[in-house]
Amino acid sequence: MNQESLMTIFINASLINNFVLAYFLGICPFLGVSGRVGTASKMGAAVTFVMVISSVCAFGINMLLVAVNAPFLQLISYIVVIASTVQLVEMFVKKASPALFKALGIFLPLITTNCAVLAIALLQTSKGYDIFQSITFALGGGAGFTLALVLMAGLREQLEFSEVAGVAKGTAIVLLVAGILSLSFMGFAGLGG
Amino acid sequence: MSLINQNKANEGFFKKLGENPATDDFIKGLWKDNPVFVQVLGMCPSLAVSNSAKNALAMGLATTFVLTMSNVLISLLRNFIPKEVRIASYILIIATFVSMVDYTIQAVSVDLHKSLGAFIALIVVNCIILSRAEAFASKNTVGRSFFDGLGMGLGFMFALFCIGSIREIIGSGSLLGFQVMPDAFEKWVIMVLPAGGFFTLAALLLIFNHYKLKKSKA
Repeated sequence: MNQESLMTIFINASLINNFVLAYFLGICPFLGVSGRVGTASKMGAAVTFVMVISSVCAFGINMLLVAVNAPFLQLISYIVVIASTVQLVEMFVKKASPALFKALGIFLPLITTNCAVLAIALLQTSKGYDIFQSITFALGGGAGFTLALVLMAGLREQLEFSEVAGVAKGTAIVLLVAGILSLSFMGFAGLGG
Repeated sequence: MSLINQNKANEGFFKKLGENPATDDFIKGLWKDNPVFVQVLGMCPSLAVSNSAKNALAMGLATTFVLTMSNVLISLLRNFIPKEVRIASYILIIATFVSMVDYTIQAVSVDLHKSLGAFIALIVVNCIILSRAEAFASKNTVGRSFFDGLGMGLGFMFALFCIGSIREIIGSGSLLGFQVMPDAFEKWVIMVLPAGGFFTLAALLLIFNHYKLKKSKA
């Protein structure tokens, strides 16, 4: 059993080991949906929600798998849980806010293949977190993902008003900005344990 | 974004489907439709495990295996999988192969398994694999899907190896573990850190864009 305090876990997951900028998880939506701050923050919320739900489910499934001695089914069962949670969120968003559903587009179903979500489930198992630690971990990871996404969206909104050299247009400039953002996040390294 | 580009690329591709033999399926993944440099798919593993050439090669091999096998199986089953649950079925098939690779690597080299960490398991959610399953394997014959998977996988490995060697040479002064830089060379630690991954890929994309622009002007 892991003894880390909830606070440490949260800060670690959200800032020091930021999922996007330090672990390179969830880069696709990070590059894809970071065009507008509004969309980015809602995407972040949706991902965080999926993370928390699948984290809880993954915790239960892991206990079950350990009990029946079938750890090789771990990956397969986790991905099924995540896929169904995403389906749930998709139906909810479609009903609650068709405009948001349109703005998120293909990236909403693609949360299934967001590596950050699966990584939460896998990492909490390998670190041996209990149920509260797992939820905190998922919340921290989601907060970090949202933070990175919103920061990036803010930067890209500014970028639209500046002149970018022809060769750097598109993904290249976004990656450069992400690199600098990642550099600045290294400053958090001294914060936690 | 990348998926939409992908669909556009595929439209053009399907237009000349008639004159496309298996070799073309293979070659296009290596260069013209390179999954990393051109389609900008599978960014997470290509940035995360490319801090050394060895990790990059191992990751590339593992992905190639999963991609080829899942392409073949999905193509075999393409007439049996109901349309409504196809994505879920694809993911299950992919997850099965990834579990196999995961346990194999653990058995072959514990060190390698440790340095790749969770990223082997995360091959499941590599968008390249799912996008090939959806865009190619579900519509084409087994043989062509095999070559498509192999080509895309090797293209991915090639891109990973490029990024990995650049980062290892500049960041640790070595290549595949052998020292290549003189002792006096000041290592750029930043290249092995996460930020270096972003910068290296950005630099490579800049070079690619430069040639693309030159070509379109000429």
